[in-house]
Amino acid sequence: MSGSEPLQVSDATFEEEILKSDMPAMVDFWAAWCGPCRAIAPVVEELARDYQGKVKVAKMNVDENAKTPAKYGIRAIPTLIIFKGGQVMEQITGAVSRSLIENALKKAL
Amino acid sequence: MPAWDYDIVIVGAGPAGLTAGIYAGRARLKTLLLEKLIHGGQVMTTDLVENYPGFPEGISGFELSDRMRKQAERFGLEFRSGEVLELVPGPDHHLLRLEGEELHAGAVIIASGAGYKKLGAPGEKEFTGKGVSYCATCDGALYKGDTIAVVGGGDTALTDTVFLSRFAEEIHLIHRRDSFRGEKVLQEQIFALQKEKKVEIHWDTVVKEIQGTQAVETIQLRNVKTKELSSLPVAGVFIFVGIVPNTAWLHDRVPLDEWGFIFTNAQMATSVPGIFAAGDVRNKLLRQIATAVGDGATAAFFAGSYLDEQRSR
Repeated sequence: MSGSEPLQVSDATFEEEILKSDMPAMVDFWAAWCGPCRAIAPVVEELARDYQGKVKVAKMNVDENAKTPAKYGIRAIPTLIIFKGGQVMEQITGAVSRSLIENALKKAL
Repeated sequence: MPAWDYDIVIVGAGPAGLTAGIYAGRARLKTLLLEKLIHGGQVMTTDLVENYPGFPEGISGFELSDRMRKQAERFGLEFRSGEVLELVPGPDHHLLRLEGEELHAGAVIIASGAGYKKLGAPGEKEFTGKGVSYCATCDGALYKGDTIAVVGGGDTALTDTVFLSRFAEEIHLIHRRDSFRGEKVLQEQIFALQKEKKVEIHWDTVVKEIQGTQAVETIQLRNVKTKELSSLPVAGVFIFVGIVPNTAWLHDRVPLDEWGFIFTNAQMATSVPGIFAAGDVRNKLLRQIATAVGDGATAAFFAGSYLDEQRSR
């Protein structure tokens, strides 16, 4: 499962797909009514394509999944978390530029 | 040939800037729209816009601004993300300084909008993103089943309280006056929620302090009439107490009112020839999408007239 589309993850699949992932993973925590989340969605999709095979890019809907966002203390979205070996490498909140996200990704590679 | 890169540069891609872009594009003026963050501006964070004509069922803020953007692009508007650091007005064209770049424009339309105003209470800054929020549509879903507070009494505070009532178990609506300023339709929705015990209204009350350890746990309140102090346990505080104009980047190069909003005449012209302003950034009485759109059209039209006069000189 290494398609170029962001992978949809849930509370049930989070550990297997993200924490136990062989490559670094970036999770976009979002919700349908959050305008800024929708605004950065194309950037997340671009990064999923551009970093295919290097970074596992995933999305989690916080409206349908409560456990994982609570575990990471997420109280604002969009939030992007970059994981490596099950550890949080970087946490970015708010709609930010592609270059800022990319810099954080490069650090995790 | 004119000695500039663009006939018009529009700063800010909210409804005012995007509408100016549609009109400038249709006037076949070479136009660039610069946006610092993401198109849409404050509208982007509105769940459902119900007072913009043409959408009887309402439309999400995201979709409305996305449609405006597509419409502007259809008429040839050029978009770029970039922050204007400085605007230097000149006698026949204006200089816009961006990071590592300079642009010259025949006319400039400032539509940089406004941002949310902070409360200025202790703990507010510390807990931003950890319980303090300025965007209900962004963060509301993370407060399912919680008790939260909303601060404010205008349209945004009331709309967002209604939106947040889908998630939160209980909402304390804290307002410093004894009546709301928001639309009557919105007030009716709030009073209905009050009857259902979903919303408790605290009139004449201000937030003194926001407290917690890792995240927000308690807010300290003060009644401005009785001076009585109280505290409420809440998981989140949503703050909607007004807006501040995004005009710091202008460094007073155009005349501003005492709050920082730009003075214009009925043609949206500032007192600096060739520099116009539209939307929430302007000194005006009603800040709505419907009025921003009118400002944008007017500014683009008179910027076009200004350029025609310049050319025929």
